[in-house]
Amino acid sequence: MASILSAKNVTKRFGGLVAVNNVSVEIPEKSIYSVIGPNGAGKTTFFNCITGFYTPEEGEIIFQGHPIKGIPTDQITRRGISRTYQNIRLFSNMTAMENILVGEEPRLKSTWIGAIFNTPATRREEAEAAAEARRILRFVGLRGLGDQLAKNLPYGAQRRLEIARALASQPKLLLLDEPTAGMNPNETAEMTGFIRHIRDELGVTILLIEHDMRVVMGISDKISVLDYGSKIAEGAPREIRDNPKVIEAYLGTGAAGQVDPA
Amino acid sequence: MLNERLRNLSVIDSLLWLLRAAIIVMVLWGTFVGLTSGRADGEGMGQFIQRCTTQTDVGTIQCMGKYSAETWRDFIIFGLAQGGIYALIALGYTLVYGVLFMINFAHGEVFMSGAYTAFFVANAFAKNGFLDSNPIVALGIVLLVSMVTSTIIAILLERIAYRPLRRAPRLVPLITAIGASYFLQYTFRGLYGSGKKVYPDPAILTGKWDIFGIPILKTQVVVFVSAMVLMVVLYWFVQKTKTGKAMRAVAEDKDVALLMGIDVDRVIVITFATGAAMAGAAGVLYGLLFKQVDFIMGFIPGIKAFTAAVLGGIGNIPGAMVGGLFLGVFESVGPSLFLEGLGVPAAYQLKDVIAFTMLVLVLIFRPSGILGETLSEKKA
Amino acid sequence: MKTQTFDFKSVLKTSLLAGGILIYLALVGLLTAFLDRDIIYKTLSLSFALVLINNFVFGYIAAQHNSEHKWGTAIGIGVILGIVSTAMLSVLVLISEPLNMREMFVNASPTLVKALTFENENIVQGLLPLVLMGTASSVLGAVTFVLPPLWRKVLLAALIAVLAIGTLEELVSDVVTNIFKLFGNKRAAKPALKFFFGRKGWSVNGAIIMFVAAAVGSYLWNWRGSVVKEKIGALPKTAQRNLRIGTLIFLFAVAIFLPNILGGYLSEILVTVAIFTLMGFGLNIVVGFAGLLDLGYVAFFAIGAYTMGVLTSTQLSQTTELVSFGWNFWAALPIAVGMAVLWGILLGVPVLRMRGDYLAIVTLGFGEIIRVLALSNFLQPKIGGAQGILGIAKPTIPWFGGAIVLKSSLELYYLVVVAAALAAFVSWRLRDSRAGRSWMAMREDEDVAEAMGINLIKTKLLAFATGAGFSGLAGAIFAAKLTSIYPHSFNLLISINVLSLIIVGGVGSLPGVVVGGLVLVGLPELLREFSEFRMLIFGALLVTMMLVKPEGFWPAATQKRELHAGDEVEPTPTPEAA
Repeated sequence: MASILSAKNVTKRFGGLVAVNNVSVEIPEKSIYSVIGPNGAGKTTFFNCITGFYTPEEGEIIFQGHPIKGIPTDQITRRGISRTYQNIRLFSNMTAMENILVGEEPRLKSTWIGAIFNTPATRREEAEAAAEARRILRFVGLRGLGDQLAKNLPYGAQRRLEIARALASQPKLLLLDEPTAGMNPNETAEMTGFIRHIRDELGVTILLIEHDMRVVMGISDKISVLDYGSKIAEGAPREIRDNPKVIEAYLGTGAAGQVDPA
Repeated sequence: MLNERLRNLSVIDSLLWLLRAAIIVMVLWGTFVGLTSGRADGEGMGQFIQRCTTQTDVGTIQCMGKYSAETWRDFIIFGLAQGGIYALIALGYTLVYGVLFMINFAHGEVFMSGAYTAFFVANAFAKNGFLDSNPIVALGIVLLVSMVTSTIIAILLERIAYRPLRRAPRLVPLITAIGASYFLQYTFRGLYGSGKKVYPDPAILTGKWDIFGIPILKTQVVVFVSAMVLMVVLYWFVQKTKTGKAMRAVAEDKDVALLMGIDVDRVIVITFATGAAMAGAAGVLYGLLFKQVDFIMGFIPGIKAFTAAVLGGIGNIPGAMVGGLFLGVFESVGPSLFLEGLGVPAAYQLKDVIAFTMLVLVLIFRPSGILGETLSEKKA
Repeated sequence: MKTQTFDFKSVLKTSLLAGGILIYLALVGLLTAFLDRDIIYKTLSLSFALVLINNFVFGYIAAQHNSEHKWGTAIGIGVILGIVSTAMLSVLVLISEPLNMREMFVNASPTLVKALTFENENIVQGLLPLVLMGTASSVLGAVTFVLPPLWRKVLLAALIAVLAIGTLEELVSDVVTNIFKLFGNKRAAKPALKFFFGRKGWSVNGAIIMFVAAAVGSYLWNWRGSVVKEKIGALPKTAQRNLRIGTLIFLFAVAIFLPNILGGYLSEILVTVAIFTLMGFGLNIVVGFAGLLDLGYVAFFAIGAYTMGVLTSTQLSQTTELVSFGWNFWAALPIAVGMAVLWGILLGVPVLRMRGDYLAIVTLGFGEIIRVLALSNFLQPKIGGAQGILGIAKPTIPWFGGAIVLKSSLELYYLVVVAAALAAFVSWRLRDSRAGRSWMAMREDEDVAEAMGINLIKTKLLAFATGAGFSGLAGAIFAAKLTSIYPHSFNLLISINVLSLIIVGGVGSLPGVVVGGLVLVGLPELLREFSEFRMLIFGALLVTMMLVKPEGFWPAATQKRELHAGDEVEPTPTPEAA
């Protein structure tokens, strides 16, 4: 299987702190790849390096055969990487529909001149965009909630809306940052099912960050474990579960229970 | 490595670099032309430099542009005096920003309220002769009145306008502060009238003192020394006293400070009050130095003091002092030094432009200031 | 509402506050500034009305906190509050002369004493009516709170109608006369006007009739209004749409005939309102849509005006080294707008990375730099320095070989209204487009917007450029209207005025801009005595709006809660959030 994204020896420092230390991963196309690790292991920073929010000091990031390190965030999104956030960051005073329409931004071509004169091309594009947004709303199970302000949606729906917004750009690689944070076991199970559904249905490669191992064991094709910024293990879920280094990393943080195979 | 950097340099970055370079070149070129304009006709540059470096009595032979060495020295001394005032006001911005991360746009008006109110006391003292018979006591009372007025205004301001908005989005308190600023200006205009008032000249401060052989106007000495003393006192207050430590704790993290049993509201009020007292003192010094006060006197010094605070790194107390003095001197010397060199007529008119340009440039290029307490771009 | 029982201390506190505000009003000069503006001719001036309104409001507030809806308590509260507050004001009157307070407080003058004692020689005696009327007003206020809601509404509506129309009597008289003139019978208006109005303000009869009429009207509306609304709500969708279109057409027609109805002086005011509204639409894009607080907005106004001036002026003063271009208005207009747009982008580039309050301060710096430069000798050879530019061309419209010069405010009105309407239209189209969504997303969360593929540079520059363009257009028209411009016309106050008007109207709301323009630019122009207090009131209004109603009078639909407290999403990405 060809890899869609490969990070080679990525290092990111903040002052004296090495947040991501010499991390390399290869993410196969159409897989669900998870990066796990205890809190503070550098997972989100690693994400931010991929999306261009941070530029890593060292290393290379190749997406679909092109280096993307140092390219502005919006350009990286246009190339096909989109993301969600650990602490939901929706445009809370915009409606669900508007949120998704913003997500469609990379695919829209109309200009402000077209908007002022309301040209047929603009009207057509806007109508198509709206239809697409409604389709996505249905896909994530938020049918009929399009006119609600994002901040008025219940928690679970906000998570889904954030995924919907990310999917709206028709990404090839979807980065999910702890999509099950703050959810109860039922909701978590539902969400993991939904993530698999996204991959199967849309053929999107998914890169998942989790600190809860139970979530990733079931759905991941491959897992990397970060601890203190360094990759300490990589492999299929089973290998990870039995890896003594991983157990130690988690036990070290007092999360022994989470290592228990779910 | 360099190649990679160049590749990642965006168009905007390049434009900003160009802008930076252009300004530096302009200032340097202006300074050069300005300073060498004292060249005699037909004198080559080499001769000029030689003449000026070998002569000891430089002031008399026009080696420093249109002005004599004494003039330049006076520019600098005046700059230090006004810089001291800027620095005192800047402390208020810095203290409040440190604790609340808000720009107290109305701080200039806090400064004005003290200076304007104290004028009436000073004037009354001048009329009944108290100012000349007991100058120290009289000036002390004037200073006290100014500081108390400013403090009261600042406390009211905090209580009425800012406290209810502490958790609001950042732009809301800023707009409130702008509103409060105009409200205060025009309140004082209504109360005291719109005319300019002339501060009395205490007899004790007329004339010059010889300090290390340099004759300096007494007012300037008093202004500068008072400003320095007040700043040292404030620094001691913030660093050493219990209240000062509480202030720093609140600046670090309000929630944690609350958990440690610090009365955050009280500390914030004290912060406003301290800054205001400094501004009130600055008000009287301003009155002594510039003689005139009126209801809009707070705006320009306010902006400049804010510039000074940003220059020194907002939130940083020694930074405010350094920033204030630097701005004061730069503004006093700048027009004659490089603007005239660039051929600008009546360059003194543009001294405010220098300050504003400096503000803009610092905010664009180095928002963390000279002694930068690092504030990330995100926060700014 | 906190304590529903009678609490003497709290009533006293409110009373002291009420008295303090009375003293403030007196010392700031508001109680003497409006002595000549009668609300009821020779009976009640606006200045004295301020005392009554103050006491009414505080009486209401005190009753709200303490009266438990009992009549007796409410009256008691009103009496205490009235006596305490007016007594405080009386003390000020009594001591102002013996203490020679005028030395310090310019308004503690004989005029104030005369006004508050009704020109009675004996000051103590003269203060009695003040105390009595003030107390009556606060009792009325306190009792109003106890009234059943329907009657409360009716009473308030009637009082407000009398006060508002009485204050704006000149305007109302003019409008009535002009309407009669429009129908060809100017004379017929006279007797009616004479009956209802005195030389200034209402006649006593007129005030009573208006009070009763407004009360009845308000009663009917409160009684039947909901039924009407329901009926409209029950109409089919198409009918409702027709109704809306009908209203729009009606408003449009009013806009066309407005100058005829209002007459020359009022049209002049309208032109000013429209120029500010035009700027308001521009700033609304920058601040309201894109969330970029720009305090140097006046810079683009100045650039538009100066470009128009330099290009069309025929009498450049001797000191300038310019050739007289002598262009006509229409040729210069696109250049003026283009220059403003260009500078909008040029000044936008350096501040692309800045946010929030730092952006505000830097733009303020830009505005001041441009003003000081315009004033300086440095640029005098180019743009006239302190002497400004004279002899700017008036707009003309070619008409059958000749040309109509738009010189009266009545004719300019149409030009400005068309420009403002154009700005509103463009704003509306952009708001509902891809650009508008990008602006809003950026306002909500810049980092996420970028991560969604929005090019922040383009998006911000588009906002700056559009806003600057509108402002430049306003400046060009402003220059043509005055035919001469001076640097001092372009100070920070203009930026603050425009910002105030969009905030008062409702940030991000298009109708709000118009409402804000009418309220903040129109009203102060109507009440000429206000001019001295305009900035005082702006300041107070900005603070009050932010504290009480940050979304403005006509909030934009979806952003209603955007500015309310407690909503902030902390965009502090800590490096180690993983």
